[in-house]
Amino acid sequence: MSAFSKFYGSRSSNSGAFETFSWYYFRISGVLLLVLVLLHLFFMHVQTDVACTTYAFVAARYANPLWRLFDWLLLTIGLTHGMNGLRVLIDDYVHTPGRRVLFMSIAGVLLLIFFMLGTITLITFPVPAAGANLGSACVRGR
Amino acid sequence: MYKGQSGMWSWLFHRISGLAILIFLFLHIVDISLLSFGPTVYNHGIELFDQIIARLLSLALIGAVLYHAFNGVRIMLIDFWKKGARYQKSMFAIVMVLTILVAIPAAYFVFKPLLPNFFAWVVQPLTTMSSGK
Repeated sequence: MSAFSKFYGSRSSNSGAFETFSWYYFRISGVLLLVLVLLHLFFMHVQTDVACTTYAFVAARYANPLWRLFDWLLLTIGLTHGMNGLRVLIDDYVHTPGRRVLFMSIAGVLLLIFFMLGTITLITFPVPAAGANLGSACVRGR
Repeated sequence: MYKGQSGMWSWLFHRISGLAILIFLFLHIVDISLLSFGPTVYNHGIELFDQIIARLLSLALIGAVLYHAFNGVRIMLIDFWKKGARYQKSMFAIVMVLTILVAIPAAYFVFKPLLPNFFAWVVQPLTTMSSGK
């Protein structure tokens, strides 16, 4: 256990108001994710096999903008909940001030990049023209 | 009374499962972004998820999500339910049982496309043996 002893003790940051917000945010986003993620798992792994979640499948689904909204909520709430968790891990395990700034900055940049990449993909996906070749309905990778 | 008890393990599993799910989320955002390159490129990405190893990893991920979800409910019950803290240990047992109970049908659906092959792989040698070929 001595190897872990440097991880003991109180956290270095004490920004009270933000930590209170973070505590509530984990719980509120957690309740929303409980519904969104379990529905997502049901739609993608029970109703459909993963080998049939092809481009044609997405095109049919994204013809309805409400599914884009569903996926965007999943992206935004899931990513912020997860990155807040990563922030807590950095808070707990990285103690050197320089490294904390570095790790927190990397986490911030990752949050921005993945949020932008996901959002751009969702918004820019085109509704295909009638008769366009969308590829096969299911693929076989085995 | 904390170290080595259910409270420590539930906390540790929650961290590890959370980090694993976050790492998968990064990967998932990248594979979904392949949509921007059209049907051929995107479907090549989907082919990877049909691999047996990918299906095993998917099932592990579903297990991690189920644990994280159920233990999240347990944490909220400890926070907001008057008797939550008193029943935290039995609630941890319920979380573990629920995770396994829901993971079993999930495993069936994740591996369903492989089942005909699996039965053929088990049954065919037996039938060829009995027919004496």
